[in-house]
Amino acid sequence: MSFRIQYGWVCIAFLFFQMNLKAVEVCNSCPISSIQKGINTALSGDTIWVKKGTYKEFNILVDKPLTIIGLDYPVVDGEDKGEILRIISDGVTIDGLFVINVGTSYTTDYAAIRVVRSKNFTIKNVVLENLFFGIFLEKSSYGKVYHNKIIGDAVDEYNSGNGIHLWYSHSVEISKNIVQGVRDGIYLEFSDSILVSENISRQNLRYGLHFMFSNNDVYSNNEFENNGAGVAVMFSKKIKMNNNLFKDNWGTASFGLLLKEINDLEIIENVFENNTIAISVEGANRVNYFNNTFKSNGWAVKVRGACYSNLFQGNQFLNNSFDVSYNSRINDNLFEGNYWSKYSGYDLDKNGIGDIPYRPVKLFSYIVNRTPETIVLLRSLFIDIIDFSEKVSPVFTPDELVDNKPLMKPK
Amino acid sequence: MFKILKYSFYDLARSRWSYIYFLFYLVLALVLLFLNHDLSKAVITLMNVIIVLVPLIGTIFGVMYYYNSREFTELLLAQPIKRNSIFLGQYLGISISLSLSLFLGIGIPFALYGLFNSAAIWDFSLLLITGVFLTFIFVALAFNISLRNENKIKGFGYAVLLWLFLAVIYDGIFLMSLILFEDYPLDKLSLAGTMLNPVDLSRTLILLKLDISALLGYTGAVFKQFFGTNLGLFISLAVLFLWTIVPTFSILRKARRKDF
Repeated sequence: MSFRIQYGWVCIAFLFFQMNLKAVEVCNSCPISSIQKGINTALSGDTIWVKKGTYKEFNILVDKPLTIIGLDYPVVDGEDKGEILRIISDGVTIDGLFVINVGTSYTTDYAAIRVVRSKNFTIKNVVLENLFFGIFLEKSSYGKVYHNKIIGDAVDEYNSGNGIHLWYSHSVEISKNIVQGVRDGIYLEFSDSILVSENISRQNLRYGLHFMFSNNDVYSNNEFENNGAGVAVMFSKKIKMNNNLFKDNWGTASFGLLLKEINDLEIIENVFENNTIAISVEGANRVNYFNNTFKSNGWAVKVRGACYSNLFQGNQFLNNSFDVSYNSRINDNLFEGNYWSKYSGYDLDKNGIGDIPYRPVKLFSYIVNRTPETIVLLRSLFIDIIDFSEKVSPVFTPDELVDNKPLMKPK
Repeated sequence: MFKILKYSFYDLARSRWSYIYFLFYLVLALVLLFLNHDLSKAVITLMNVIIVLVPLIGTIFGVMYYYNSREFTELLLAQPIKRNSIFLGQYLGISISLSLSLFLGIGIPFALYGLFNSAAIWDFSLLLITGVFLTFIFVALAFNISLRNENKIKGFGYAVLLWLFLAVIYDGIFLMSLILFEDYPLDKLSLAGTMLNPVDLSRTLILLKLDISALLGYTGAVFKQFFGTNLGLFISLAVLFLWTIVPTFSILRKARRKDF
């Protein structure tokens, strides 16, 4: 009797092991010597352990829920032949692979890891080098892209791809990734409810982060540094950006953040430092800029037109060449309670708020908008004189564009 | 020459004007730093002051010194000394003493406020270099004016006019011409216009350090090359050097031929 019960338990345990805890080992000298073979022999829910070594494979198809874990970063070398991993099943986890040499094509977007129409995927601790597209999520959702490192060596925009590319995907979390040297660091198109946090995106050819037609997204605590053209957010609504750092985006067409055709945005507590244009705004409505720091930028905020009901409160403008630049006389935006390092007013009642309003738009910024070459006259005595006379009696700059409550001290 | 340089230098070092000049910069820099501990911000403010004041003081001092020491110069001319050494000695004497006042007047407060441990040291040294250049240039220009005008009032008038022109009016004309010709490619013209005025040139040099991010906002290959690389720095320094050399030679040429 007792023997039977014992036997039964062993049977059940064995069955359980067979069904759920089966591990497939892949290594160069094992019977299963390629990842594709490993996937083919594994059953749904299995874990594939890929041991250290080099696997020259491409077009690997993951068509069942599997966990693929690399031990000591095994190298998956695509030999520039095409796509490397394609995931077409729900519930796949990829962890700890070192994927190199993705093929370049002018007709197909080859990616190191592509997720197609899948849910609940996790891609983590993956290192990608010499790639075309990095992690490409296509119509996939409820996934996580976590702690990956993507190092590209892109030279030209036309034959390079994006680091993390989302297309028609929603509810994805992208966090703690490092992306550099690709075309666009992180690219979102038609992707809603995405959380982008704690990523570092730098030295990319075009944008550190590129956002198109994507709504209800949050991005926070990211660093965007030294990208060809900074960060672009276009044709989207209800985005939240907070605590990001935009730094050293220099060049003629470069900005920290580009906002174009945007509604209902919140930009809170970000830091913009040493950018040619910190924020370039065009057709953005109901945007709240609260408590941001603009430091040593060429232009802190450049408004190009069609911007209504924007609110600038509690921001710090420190040593920017131009604080705010406008190209029209119409103003429907409110500036209130900001700190301006150029403010020269006084505070007689000592409430911390300057007694005379501050006009952030200088006449010279109009002149530079009209004739860009005049920038060489920046900080000239003559320019100071005409700026002063404009300040006393505004003729060219919007009359009502004033900060009525400028702060006396930075926060 | 060195004897005369030494004499001029000590003569000025004893005069109270040098001390006033020195004290002015000392107080200015001290107050600036007292009100605002941010060294790089103080550098920006000082730049505005230096670019306007140093040329003004250089011209006025140069003209004043020449007219005041005219009798002594005539006495020297009666001695067997080369004319070149007399005038070069006087010129260098006054330029060096003014530069020293500037150097010490600004240098001491900044050193006290921890310049050597700060990132602003390069911006600051560039500020001092341009200040010294401007002193040399404007003293030379002042000597040229006073050598050509026997009449003191006229000489002073021309000197002030020269300062006003280079510091303010030139930029006005420059700006108007840029706006007037805005339909044409202007990047070369605007750079050339900067080169033709030592005040603008010094301003550009400092802009290269402080406002580089704004300067790079303009689309133009020439601009990009000039401001984006070290080329702009070297060319500006070279042209400033030319601006010092040419008026100095002009002093010597005029002095050699002048009938005293």
